[in-house]
Amino acid sequence: MKVSNSSWAERLTGKIPEGLAREIDIFETEIALRKQGKIDERLFAETRLRRGTYGQRYDNGQRHNGKTVQRLDYPSGDLTKGPNTMWDAPGMQRIKIPAGGLNAEQLETLADLAEEYSDGIAHVTTRQDFQLHYVHIEDTPSVMRRLAAANITTREACGNSVRNVTACPYSGVCPDEKFDVTPYSRALSKFLMGHPDTQNFGRKFKHSFSGCSQHACGLASMHDMGMVAVTQIENGKEKRGFEVSVGGGLGAVPYQAKLFDSFVPPEELLPLAQAISRVFARLGEKKNRSRARIKFLVQDLGIEKFKELVLEERKSLAPDPRWTDFVDGAEKFQETPLRPGGKAPLLGSETFQRWVKTNTRPQKQEGYTVVTIALPLGDITSSQLRSLADIARRFSKETIRSTVEQNIVLRWVSQSDLIELHKALEAAGLGSAGAGSIVDIAACPGTDTCKLGISSSRGLAAELRKRLGEKNFQLDDSVVKLHIKISGCFNSCGQHHVADLGFYGVSRKMSGYAVPHFQVVLGGEWEHNGASYGLPVIAIPSKRIPEVVSRLTDRYAANRKNGESFKDFIGRTGKVELKRMLEDLARPPADSSDRSFFQDWGDPREYTLADLGMGECAGEVVSSVEFDLAAAERELFEAQVALEDGQTAQAGKTAYRSMLQAAKALVKIESSNIADDPAQIVKEFRARFYDTQKFFDPFAGGKFAHYLFSAHEKSGEPYTQDSTRYLIDEAQLFIDAAHSCYNRISAPAHA
Amino acid sequence: MQLQHVNVKLLIQDPDEALEPLIPVFHGWIENRAADDELLIDVADYSHVPAGPGVVLIGHEGNYSVDNTGNRLGVRYNRKAVLDGSNQDRLVQATRAALTACGRLEAEPRLGGKFRFNGQDIEIFINDRLVAPNNAATREAFDADFHLFSRKLFRGKEYSISYREDPRSLFTAFVKTARPFSVADLLEALA
Repeated sequence: MKVSNSSWAERLTGKIPEGLAREIDIFETEIALRKQGKIDERLFAETRLRRGTYGQRYDNGQRHNGKTVQRLDYPSGDLTKGPNTMWDAPGMQRIKIPAGGLNAEQLETLADLAEEYSDGIAHVTTRQDFQLHYVHIEDTPSVMRRLAAANITTREACGNSVRNVTACPYSGVCPDEKFDVTPYSRALSKFLMGHPDTQNFGRKFKHSFSGCSQHACGLASMHDMGMVAVTQIENGKEKRGFEVSVGGGLGAVPYQAKLFDSFVPPEELLPLAQAISRVFARLGEKKNRSRARIKFLVQDLGIEKFKELVLEERKSLAPDPRWTDFVDGAEKFQETPLRPGGKAPLLGSETFQRWVKTNTRPQKQEGYTVVTIALPLGDITSSQLRSLADIARRFSKETIRSTVEQNIVLRWVSQSDLIELHKALEAAGLGSAGAGSIVDIAACPGTDTCKLGISSSRGLAAELRKRLGEKNFQLDDSVVKLHIKISGCFNSCGQHHVADLGFYGVSRKMSGYAVPHFQVVLGGEWEHNGASYGLPVIAIPSKRIPEVVSRLTDRYAANRKNGESFKDFIGRTGKVELKRMLEDLARPPADSSDRSFFQDWGDPREYTLADLGMGECAGEVVSSVEFDLAAAERELFEAQVALEDGQTAQAGKTAYRSMLQAAKALVKIESSNIADDPAQIVKEFRARFYDTQKFFDPFAGGKFAHYLFSAHEKSGEPYTQDSTRYLIDEAQLFIDAAHSCYNRISAPAHA
Repeated sequence: MQLQHVNVKLLIQDPDEALEPLIPVFHGWIENRAADDELLIDVADYSHVPAGPGVVLIGHEGNYSVDNTGNRLGVRYNRKAVLDGSNQDRLVQATRAALTACGRLEAEPRLGGKFRFNGQDIEIFINDRLVAPNNAATREAFDADFHLFSRKLFRGKEYSISYREDPRSLFTAFVKTARPFSVADLLEALA
């Protein structure tokens, strides 16, 4: 699209590492070949994904305007950049930022690219990446070249590859860490990127590093491979190492990582990651995407067998000097300040003091502070990026990191500079207080730009931020510290499982109309590297979620026992009472003439799932299905309560029954004589809804049906705590999918 | 040198206006295919970002927005697709698109006349740093084009042009007239 696209390669000659320049040239050639129809669209899609170039909502050439589906007639006609993905449709470019580390020049580059190729906004993700939206495919080589000239790559930012390696943004300056994990995370990132052993995965692979076990910053427990810094004494000397866990992950059904080894020395870190990659590439699922993450392989094999296979693989690896080349340098790695340390000012305006309270934390190095720049919804403008580059140069040696809370931190700020720094940030519109508090809400893109979005996570986040911000100073201190995280669908990009108050988008039918909802997920824990995951309690219409937040936080502030965490309060209150507190909000409005209820936040169109893909029309709505699905949800809730009460076997059986109930509800649309026999229900459901693909989610395909099949196959086996926990999550997703399926097949024009 | 990716921003009278009411209006423009010969695709709301791009109507050929960059609120057209013709043609196209959009917003009943051109301030950006780096050479190269265009737009009435200095920013011309013009006046001048 840009007239300058043909000139950047020449302009940047000599400024881009040779290998990287060659890769981008190849990608540009592939774009040209695809335009000529000489590369298959599927192959091209994976190629561009591995370069971080992603699709966006409406790229199938259709958009629902609230009444009907409207065609978007892109000028490129039938040319596609992937299955059902129109060539000219704007897309998203993800940009990898290993460990979140950035310098001022890189901020300026991001600023220029956001302005010239996107819409003036750069977006920080929950994995320390940056994203630009609404980028044209033919502009991407220029974007990549300009990034490469600033030493940034988009390589393997998407696709079935090793994604951005994340690390605690306070590494090296946190008083509680064992040691600085930054150089180790960078070494691993560099080693695995483009490595031949990471090119044949069935799904993506995510690594994370944390400097300690008690804070959340690295979220090691929810990664495919998580590293937590540890030390031990060897021959009287302190030796660095990592506690390594594998098989964690959020996604639709979250898994806690399993401990692989409590102490892996640095020189073994890279070969171990390589061996794990090889086992995953060899044994991981390739055909069924929904079972292709390493968490399923670890679960299926068991951690002991998995470990045995990896250690065997490790022995077979040919030595590679890169395994240890970085180790000495890593031990000596140390960022340095620009200015001498100082004392924190005791005075300053009220605004400044509030900002100091929430947005600064002392470093372990005396006289220095880490400053958090809170970005609303992770968004930052081009002008702000340039201002931040200036600020970073003025107050530090450009020691900047992006964070998994979608913010940016500036490290090594002299405490005596805090007043001046805050003034500079305020002038740039970056001086807001509230970092890490209840107003600092994380949200994935949701229906704003994501093809998979079901509800408007960003719209809800913006609304909650506004409402909570207005009363922030009246909120109880215990409430201010809570974390809200929102995902637009079950895929957990907003990390809702590890929030105090988590929400993920689902749809439900009310008064014959599809209504955007969010599942309320409670009981998760952000601290301790995301140590525990919440469970869904009830689905509430999107427009009533602010009331959910009010009720829960008010109750917590009023009834909290001395020092009780929100997670403990939720546990003590119990799911039955929590549901009772909220269930009136789940009912349809008395007056359905208020159409705003049938719209999502920030979107005036009447809500629909049609932008996700069109389903077949089964004619008249069968209202008994809604009753049956509601009954399935009730049953699942009982399963959750049973699990909470320690009745594991009962919980497992009930969760399985809830799935059967939902499956039966759908089967009854076509065959009212279906019996209560589980085998018969599963057989009929398979024939009528799975084999015909009616149940298929437009993007997840038959994934949720497999949850039922698997639960049925294993129904004779004993239920363990872990398996029941997973089953309950899977049952919730299956029931959500049954609702969506019913919405699709019963859809009148407005749904 | 060829001017491409011309952006034109018409500053509005009340710089403190809330932007949320624009969202349904822009959705309506997509539904009604309001932009002649241009494909409109999506609405992006950045009203939560201070001094940001505001509310953006994403199109294929160009984006329309009510933009608050630099805390200067205005109706902006951002030409994305390459245009044939002369530099004057491209300045006319982008300005006409911005004026037409502004006229629609002024007339939109749901907005109650809150988004009105202030009549005097127009910003012109070239959104491509390779085509138009923000330096003296670019100013020299394009200054005559901007003056020729301004004389036509303001029908020979008094105006002034100044340029943004920061070399990191987009090449930007600030055009200011001595007396106010209406959107209709300016559209007529470009007819």
